[in-house]
Amino acid sequence: MTTVVGTRLITYREAINEALDQEMTRDPSVIVMGEDIVGGAGAPGEDDAWGGVLGVTKGLYGKHGDRLMDTPLSESAYIGAAIGAAASGMRPVAELMFIDFLGVCLDQIFNQAAKFRYMFGGKAETPVVIRAMVGAGLRAAAQHSQMLTPIVTHIPGLKVVCPSNAYDTKGLLIASIRDNDPVIFCEHKALYEEQADVPEASYVVPLGEANVVREGSDCSIVTYGMMVGRSLEAAALLEQEGISCEIVDLRTLSPLDLETVTESVENTGRLVCVDEANPRCSIAADVSAQVSRDAFGSLRAGIAMVTAPHTPVPFSPSLEDAYIPSVDAIAGAVRAVTS
Amino acid sequence: MSEAVGVVGVVMPKWGLSMTEGEIVEWLVAEGDTVIVGDELAEVETDKITGEVEATDAGVVRRIVAEAGSRHRVKALLVVLADPAVDDATIDQFIVDFPEPPEVEESDAAASAYETMAVGDLQIRYSVLGEGPAVILLHGFGGDLDNWLFTMGPLAEHHTVVAIDLPGHGQSSLAIPDPSADGLARVAWAVLDGLEINDVDVVGHSMGGAVAARMAAQQPDRVRSVTGLAPAGLGPEINQDYIDGYVAAQSRREMKPVAAVLFADPSAVTRAMVEDLLRYKRLDGVPALLGGLSDVWFVDGAQAEQAQVADELAALTKPTLIIWGAQDRVIPASHAESVKAFAEVHVLDGAGHLVQMEQAGEVNRLLVAHVGSGAATTP
Repeated sequence: MTTVVGTRLITYREAINEALDQEMTRDPSVIVMGEDIVGGAGAPGEDDAWGGVLGVTKGLYGKHGDRLMDTPLSESAYIGAAIGAAASGMRPVAELMFIDFLGVCLDQIFNQAAKFRYMFGGKAETPVVIRAMVGAGLRAAAQHSQMLTPIVTHIPGLKVVCPSNAYDTKGLLIASIRDNDPVIFCEHKALYEEQADVPEASYVVPLGEANVVREGSDCSIVTYGMMVGRSLEAAALLEQEGISCEIVDLRTLSPLDLETVTESVENTGRLVCVDEANPRCSIAADVSAQVSRDAFGSLRAGIAMVTAPHTPVPFSPSLEDAYIPSVDAIAGAVRAVTS
Repeated sequence: MSEAVGVVGVVMPKWGLSMTEGEIVEWLVAEGDTVIVGDELAEVETDKITGEVEATDAGVVRRIVAEAGSRHRVKALLVVLADPAVDDATIDQFIVDFPEPPEVEESDAAASAYETMAVGDLQIRYSVLGEGPAVILLHGFGGDLDNWLFTMGPLAEHHTVVAIDLPGHGQSSLAIPDPSADGLARVAWAVLDGLEINDVDVVGHSMGGAVAARMAAQQPDRVRSVTGLAPAGLGPEINQDYIDGYVAAQSRREMKPVAAVLFADPSAVTRAMVEDLLRYKRLDGVPALLGGLSDVWFVDGAQAEQAQVADELAALTKPTLIIWGAQDRVIPASHAESVKAFAEVHVLDGAGHLVQMEQAGEVNRLLVAHVGSGAATTP
């Protein structure tokens, strides 16, 4: 048998499932842990697992059996167990469900997993992937909607990924599983139904390489996750006004591909950072500061940031819609720096 | 609808199987200019590539219908050429009568254009366009059938054009059981057999050029003519740094300068082109596969003996056309000297290794004139 390399349209959710399936097939040390990922499979009246709260891992239990593990409702316990398993030779992928639950297992992540390589003289490796849903837009309220990417990006020793489309999702998840460091893999839940052309074969999108998703000459928009799509919409609007935007999708927040960002700013002379996170100490603030330091001479206008406000995510649908950076807000910021 | 005598509409071209529309970047002519066949009229940009629309007839540019900056469907009217004697009312009527092209979804356009066929254990992706005597197009090392995106449409006006992804390339199976010129030529024949095509004009670029020549040597009775575009197999030199760089490149930053080697004008390398190359290169196993192929074709920095085809071409006595970009930095254009005694040779200025993309208009004119000029000897 030879590998089929055709492509077809699949969703972001299916891309995650396929990456897990192919890596579990390729490497027997890959295991998957989480709440309700096996959920009821094999029990009377249940043919298949729930596949987690939004069905991402559905179908994997039937193919890989005991290498998928349902865990108690205790993130502190199973995230710690996954990190321990990684330190002793497995490649666990633990589903944290919502990144909002990071608080109860943060010690295991930032004070253990992130430190092992450094505290054991480079001899310890911790190839764990912690998958977690991020972002607002699903009416899931303040405790299930946060974009906590800045918190994990701040911590040395962790890699942080946040894909914007199904193609990148599959390649970045495979790269994360094969990586020997702990990776926080942030999946935007509002993108789960978004489709893209994805190869059937396995492939790696390297960690630490941003993607220029649109070339332009007047203003750079640097962003990631769901904001990439909104930035593309804004760029299409602005094109009709004669403003040409270049859009850099960071893809991974740690390591950060600052070289691609500064190259873009050197070409356009203007920068708008678009981040769904809260503004203080955000990815937008970080990129803005680093560009100011490295490419100040290229800037022809002040840097603009488009972020969520400094508040929890509101439950009221109209307020939630106003909270998430909009296409209009992005277009407005670009107009302001280019006028 | 009356046919206006001496009035010609130039339409949005279709470059590549998935193209549905393009944007006029700028007009290179103005109303009132006199143009001849092959003159560049406008620069057009698609999601994948930027190219020039050329005049298909001689005449005066009477009316520019599509403004710079606007987007238009494939086959939409862009500009009207006519004799100065034709009055303005006739031009107006011509524009009114010109048929509006139907809307085509990009995914539909691509899905209906690509097919796959089993050849032994391999799945080979191919594309067939047009009707008439058959022509097969073979891409080079690391390429795919989209390398012919400027070539297929014009050739398909009078021919059945078959383009394939060689084994281990494009979206064919990730395996090359026999990576030699002979092995690849047998796969190409198998595709033609599967399509029940007997006689064919063979056209190949770079490594595919040597494969095309080997096809002719294997089954001369089925081949009408041979065309090599910057073909391998006519001499020893090869830019091994390019080959090694292409095999090794994993990131956009590594790939962009490698891709630039393929063109006389490096600005031809677009973001989309680099991304397409990377999407192929990122697949598990591709670097190893290409490394293995390179070992069979390029040994110690020189083209391997197994793929040398100059003597075979001389012995075949088929009409042979060789086109080279004068600024080729992968295989030197001087290799064309070895076949000058029996082949029609054109070295085109302003083109690098991917001559069929960088000088598409001229290459297409030479190809259209050449294919069908010979005869197979099948009873």
